[in-house]
Amino acid sequence: MNTKNKTVLLVDDDADFLYQTELRLKQEGYTVITADGEEAAETVLQETRPDIAVIDLMMERMDGGFTLAYHIKKIDNNIPVVMISGVTGETGISFDAATDEERNWVKADVFMAKPVRFEQLIRTIKKLAG
Amino acid sequence: MTKLKALIVDDEMGMRLGAQRALDKFSIAVENSDHEITFDTDIAGTAEEALEKIEAHPPDILLLDYKLPGMSGLDLLNTIHIEHDETAVIMITAYASLETAVSAIKQGAFDFIAKPFTPGELKSVIEKAVKNLMLARQVKKLARERHEIRFQFISVLGHELKAPINAVQGYLNLMKDETLGGDISGYAKMIDRCLIRTDGMLKLIGDLLDLTKIESGKRERTLIKQNLVDIADEAVETAAVTGLEKNITIEMHTKTPVFLTCDSSEMTIIFNNLLSNAVKYNCDNGRVDVYIEDTGEYVTISVHDTGIGLSPAEKEKLFQEFVRIKNSKTKNITGSGLGLAIVKKISAQYKGNISVNSEEGKGSTFCVTLSKKEGLSLTKEE
Repeated sequence: MNTKNKTVLLVDDDADFLYQTELRLKQEGYTVITADGEEAAETVLQETRPDIAVIDLMMERMDGGFTLAYHIKKIDNNIPVVMISGVTGETGISFDAATDEERNWVKADVFMAKPVRFEQLIRTIKKLAG
Repeated sequence: MTKLKALIVDDEMGMRLGAQRALDKFSIAVENSDHEITFDTDIAGTAEEALEKIEAHPPDILLLDYKLPGMSGLDLLNTIHIEHDETAVIMITAYASLETAVSAIKQGAFDFIAKPFTPGELKSVIEKAVKNLMLARQVKKLARERHEIRFQFISVLGHELKAPINAVQGYLNLMKDETLGGDISGYAKMIDRCLIRTDGMLKLIGDLLDLTKIESGKRERTLIKQNLVDIADEAVETAAVTGLEKNITIEMHTKTPVFLTCDSSEMTIIFNNLLSNAVKYNCDNGRVDVYIEDTGEYVTISVHDTGIGLSPAEKEKLFQEFVRIKNSKTKNITGSGLGLAIVKKISAQYKGNISVNSEEGKGSTFCVTLSKKEGLSLTKEE
């Protein structure tokens, strides 16, 4: 399992989600950088290029996750983005089969709904970033 | 200007033209607005013709003769389904035919007018029907808006409760998987976080119940004339304990009594919420100053803190439900987001209000005004 040197950028304003996910990812061998919001994430991105970003949809601002995803793709379109949210109903985005139109509009490669099953997150990260 | 569709159904051409002429030039003023209601008229000579037109474009006003060749007016009324906020039906009956009029009304007509009638009489009946129609539509619109607001509220509430539950489950799963080894002392931090998150949920639910009880008027209120200074002193004593950790000084400056006819638990909620915020968002070694002023018609409670303050954008959304200010300085501050909404609702019951003056980085002053007028009825907020 070659997860050596793979860096995951984890962004969420829920401190407990950050702590729990970071712990699990580290145990799987990933290097993890956490950010508790869009601002903190932007600061990280100025110095580091992660291999994959896992971000929460709604943080300080209602569209926090969206705009951050856009920025990440602008910096490097090859960085996979996993979008996580606890509010599927409110966003109106169906998280099972996003249409091509939706996929183009929201710059995320995969959507996941909270609560996140960790095995599924690991599989997704492996698939997207190795 | 609103144009309503009127369909005139009568087998006599003279009747049809007469009614059309009366309505084409008729305009009804709407109360409390510059609005005017006018009519777009259409005609039909038989019930069958009318049915077609009704199905294609349901009219707002249906002027319907009871006696028609083929299907009668009453039968037509029977056939179509009328919603009271969609179409107002006025039945044209023969003179002294009360029976027809009654049947028509039972079938859903709003009113009737007996032949022969003058244009003035027709306009009068139409005006009544229009006003009733507009009222019914307003009622439906308000009901829909209420449902929408309730839906949004419950959606946000669901989200606010899901987050801490997910967090606690996450920690329990980590413990189940023994991710930090087999010794429970290693899990102290996780256990603490679970307790903090569940406490937060209980606070949220408690505040929610408070809010709901106040809104529905189901809260038992005992209104007595009492000295607010005493209630404030007690609240300050309680708050002083929470301020110890950051060494915050809380001082109540008003010593002379200020009387108000009020419910003491409502006043306590106001003071507790304002003081709790003043401490939570304050800096180490900061101050909280409380003043109560009698300004004639109102009593004003002011709570000033030397805390982190608010930006103009934050001030705008501050009193809404579930709004908690989230920025780099509020990272570790917990709360339900309902406290200020509750204070706002209570102050509304006293025909008062809550407002805030604030400067980012310097501090905030929250002012609650309460009317001194006795015997106020509960204002049930829509």
